[in-house]
Amino acid sequence: MDKIEQVGTTTASVTVIRPTRGWIPVNLRELWAYRELLYFFTWRDIKVRYKQTLFGFAWAVVQPLLMMIIFTLFFGKLAKVPSENIPYPLFSYAGVLPWTLFAAGLDRSSNSLVQDANLIQKVYFPRLLMPLAGILSPLVDFAVAFLILIGLMIYYGYYPSVMMFWILPFLLLELLLAAGLGMWLSAINVEYRDVRYAIPFLIQLGLFASPVVYPVTFVPERFQAVYGLLNPMAGILEGFRWAILGTKPPSALLIASVAIVLVILISGAFYFRRREKAFADIV
Amino acid sequence: MSDIAIRVENLGKLYRIGQFAGYKTVRESLNSIMTAPFRLLRQKGDRRQKTGSSGLQSPVSGRANTIWALKDVSFEVKRGEAVGIIGRNGSGKSTLLKVLSRITSPTEGRVEIHGRVGSLLEVGTGFHPELTGRENVFLNGAVLGMKRAEVERKFDEIVAFAEIEKFLDTPVKRYSSGMYVRLAFAVAAHLEPEILVVDEVLAVGDSAFQKKCLGKMSNVAGQGRTVLFVSHNMPAVQNLCRRAILLDNGHLTEDSETNDVVATYLKSGANELLEQRWHDLHTAPGNENVRVVYAGISTTSEQNSHHITVETPVDLGFRIVNFRPEKLLWFNVLLYNQENICVFSTASRPQAFPKGIVGGVCHIPGHLLNDDIYMVRLLIHFQGAEGVDVNNILTFEVHDAGEREWGWYGKWTGTIRPHLEWSLESVNGLS
Repeated sequence: MDKIEQVGTTTASVTVIRPTRGWIPVNLRELWAYRELLYFFTWRDIKVRYKQTLFGFAWAVVQPLLMMIIFTLFFGKLAKVPSENIPYPLFSYAGVLPWTLFAAGLDRSSNSLVQDANLIQKVYFPRLLMPLAGILSPLVDFAVAFLILIGLMIYYGYYPSVMMFWILPFLLLELLLAAGLGMWLSAINVEYRDVRYAIPFLIQLGLFASPVVYPVTFVPERFQAVYGLLNPMAGILEGFRWAILGTKPPSALLIASVAIVLVILISGAFYFRRREKAFADIV
Repeated sequence: MSDIAIRVENLGKLYRIGQFAGYKTVRESLNSIMTAPFRLLRQKGDRRQKTGSSGLQSPVSGRANTIWALKDVSFEVKRGEAVGIIGRNGSGKSTLLKVLSRITSPTEGRVEIHGRVGSLLEVGTGFHPELTGRENVFLNGAVLGMKRAEVERKFDEIVAFAEIEKFLDTPVKRYSSGMYVRLAFAVAAHLEPEILVVDEVLAVGDSAFQKKCLGKMSNVAGQGRTVLFVSHNMPAVQNLCRRAILLDNGHLTEDSETNDVVATYLKSGANELLEQRWHDLHTAPGNENVRVVYAGISTTSEQNSHHITVETPVDLGFRIVNFRPEKLLWFNVLLYNQENICVFSTASRPQAFPKGIVGGVCHIPGHLLNDDIYMVRLLIHFQGAEGVDVNNILTFEVHDAGEREWGWYGKWTGTIRPHLEWSLESVNGLS
């Protein structure tokens, strides 16, 4: 079928609906107008997440904590993976924390459109809100789990400093990456449910392809830029560790990561907009 | 400002039939990409062969895989007007509403909408079962396009309208279906768009609540706001809208006063199969024992025979050719409704008939069937010989009669709708 799109231009409350063709950019003004709905979708995801669970929000802490303990036993104690002279539990938790945020955001946003298919078929709103809410809602878990990080740091004698604020740009970069991938995958998922099955596998694979249980320096110097291009999470995780623990500062790897994040984000936005018009018909 | 609220010009929406079949997997897509060139070759080859031999066309062509859910639809709605949209299932009503509410995009044509549109294609859209009533009011309000401040301002009014004050902080999954629907409609009813698009929401709730909803909707229309109302429910459309549009097969076939359009709609009966004849004994359904040659529906209603209402007695008539004079045979009719529920099964007394044509009529009294579409299945049984089973031999629609004393316009609940005797008396009056 022809690629058909519809433009809804709202000027002085006159809406014109007609088919259009080609690539159209994200309508930022419209997104802004719908910011309250984005808030409500995010809020709903957070509210519903731990409903009818015994441990409630404790799950936000238990998951990364258990991962850290397992990694410490297997990689720290048994395999003796180097950790840049930082106690391995602290080292791995500083990697697990941002990784969990990324994995949860990717998972929720990729499935967002399919999960709310009913909404998409019955109400109009910018569809982009759904994967975006999927990215934002795990931030609450992140904040809770972050408290454990502070505790660990104090326990191991790494006192938090103003350097910590450097995690903010890396956090932003991570959210942008998750948003870019989320837009791609959620739109593909509408048409091909394979995505649903591929995601858990990709997340598992990504965990070991990223410097979570090992330091970035594991990868030889001359492959670092390539590593950053292939896995943009590498630069982001490296930045997180640097801001939190003062390890090796971000390098060429980061530039490669930033570049690839932008490519994924922009292409994802255009792809999403192109497919958006057919969502209600095929989801 | 102009007094036009909605202007629709040559609107068309093309669906690929494959899309209805659901989502694909990557493998299927890859497969179709891989085989596409071969398919093309094969089709070319086929065509060459076909022109040489028979005149048959290949049933699968590019065009056969698409359907126009809407085609060349044009109309205008003035501000403050309430317009009903009626038509059979699949006539394009819902697609039209979806295009107007920007849920799906048109393939061709143009729509101009003056003012904010609130669309209610389903009550409770966006309700989350785990959230409480209070939380869902805010969520649902936001989904329907209300600002948070607006919801806060109307919150008490919404809760009072829904009559669920006591259960505000209970998750809606614990609500009864009536409470759920009341709350959902209450939120929707407090939307204040300039244009309200409503699809079949009256099919829910109890009688008193329905009355309330209908009242609310005529209020909306009365306040100079525009209402587009889609329904299968003719009494409700007639009550609410002065003007109506009839859609048939994606085309707008009538745009006029509601009563006229409803009359046309009821007469058309396009889904029905009221009569079937088989002239060739060899192809007629059956076997060497029996062949069915005729099936037909007749009514004793003094109006046109196509218009069957819940009050109309219906006769199902059949003719068969019997080849086994020595055997006992009996007719058996099973009636299925649209949900494929067997409404009843009825059989004639076993009898032996001479070789030749046997006629049978099954009388269905009035005031028995509910408004629905019914499919007739006919079985002819023999004692000690193979009979015949014809599914969907007839299809007919029973319409709502329209006259009701209770002010209730929703679908009458129940598989059947018998007219039963009641006796009421005052047992102990208070003086």
